[in-house]
Amino acid sequence: MIKVKNISKAFNGTQVLNQISTVFDKGKTNLIIGQSGSGKTVFIKCLLGLIQTDSGYIEFDNKAFNSMSVKERSVLRQEVGMVFQGSALFDSMTVEENIMFPMQMLTNKEENEVRDRANMVIKRVNLINANEKYPDEISGGMKKRVAIARAIAMNPKYLFCDEPNSGLDPKTAILIDNLIQEITEEYNITTVINTHDMNSVMEIGEKIVFLQNGVKAWEGTKKDIFNTNNEAVSNFVYSSDLFKKVRKMYLKN
Amino acid sequence: MIQSVFGKFTKWKILKQLILIDIDVLIIGSLGIVSFISFFVGGVVSIQTALNLENPLLPKNLIAFATRQSVILEFAPTFISIIMAGKVGSYITSSLGTMRVTEQIDALEVMGINTYNYLIFPKIIALSLYPLVICASMFLGIFGGYIACVYGGWTSSGEFIEGIQLDFIPFHVTYAFIKTGFFSFVLATIPSFHGYYMTGGALEVGKASTISFVWTSVVIILLNYLLTQLLLT
Repeated sequence: MIKVKNISKAFNGTQVLNQISTVFDKGKTNLIIGQSGSGKTVFIKCLLGLIQTDSGYIEFDNKAFNSMSVKERSVLRQEVGMVFQGSALFDSMTVEENIMFPMQMLTNKEENEVRDRANMVIKRVNLINANEKYPDEISGGMKKRVAIARAIAMNPKYLFCDEPNSGLDPKTAILIDNLIQEITEEYNITTVINTHDMNSVMEIGEKIVFLQNGVKAWEGTKKDIFNTNNEAVSNFVYSSDLFKKVRKMYLKN
Repeated sequence: MIQSVFGKFTKWKILKQLILIDIDVLIIGSLGIVSFISFFVGGVVSIQTALNLENPLLPKNLIAFATRQSVILEFAPTFISIIMAGKVGSYITSSLGTMRVTEQIDALEVMGINTYNYLIFPKIIALSLYPLVICASMFLGIFGGYIACVYGGWTSSGEFIEGIQLDFIPFHVTYAFIKTGFFSFVLATIPSFHGYYMTGGALEVGKASTISFVWTSVVIILLNYLLTQLLLT
């Protein structure tokens, strides 16, 4: 579980995050949604400590992140998996090497053990015949799978995904969403996903936090989103005709 | 940044590989262009010296003397370092900058890796072998002068070799290598700083490489002046 209390962050006098408080539950896929520029990526980077917050505090399973020493943070980060928007795979390494990398760097496991674990997660994310390929030789969807495999290779307690299905076709995007949800349940991890894809919201949004101009404007589940009276979240989620019709049908039934 | 570079160390097994890769790219990969430039510039220096020695009373071995002094004192340590600021410096800045833009550095940080040590330390160690490049440059510069002079008909082989040995002060070589040691550190750290801390996209990677080259060159020139004042006067 990750608790966030009154987080604020400003860049050059512009308030990007303003007093955000929420709780991300264990074993659930927690979604942060909002328009581009609403502060989603900054928020997720603050949670990871990649950006220092101006105020507020963060707790990872009741351990205060802000007051952790560099060493403690380093240990915590070994329990964190992250899927970046652009996958952030290491260009000079093959798919297999990318997945083996965190284990080689952070554990004292034997080479065979590391390779076996890498192959296990490769199978888990359904990557076929890609072990020896380099990131520029595989498709966008495969890159996301490699990034997910690398993120879960160390058995993380927390999984962060920054727009995991951006740039993917709808079918692959849903496959990636479902894969993340399955992994979250299977490993019982706290997953935080940053997205503006409404299919993801409807598919896997067990808890949804809506950000607007750096402020938490709404939070709830995917069921709550149909009944919400919050104008900002309705305008955002039901901006397309298709979703407007879906909502009408849902409310009718 | 420097403090963090020598902070939490990466596993030796991995660090060793990174150092070897950087030696291959930064040192061995530079030998070709350094050899080519040194050989021909050495030749040009000796021809120009020969052309300016109009007085028949001046011995021909002065051509080799001037070539040796120019190459050992300035050309090899300083001007090759400026060339290296362009070749090696822009490589370091652009590779780290691209890693920053594509969030690869963030990915390393999220894993709890000391990115300064992982990315910059191997470059500092690899470039500590830079004096070997300068050693090759000195040899090839003088050899280029020899070939140009002897086969161009400006001096005889004996006169040139005599000139190389004329008034030789071993400290000049020491001075050149002391300078090279400082320059190698500058070549590793300034481009790394500009690459590591860059923000933006592809265009900014290009800008960072240019800025890095300018600052590395400026620091090398200023350091050259300072060290010359301290060591030779």
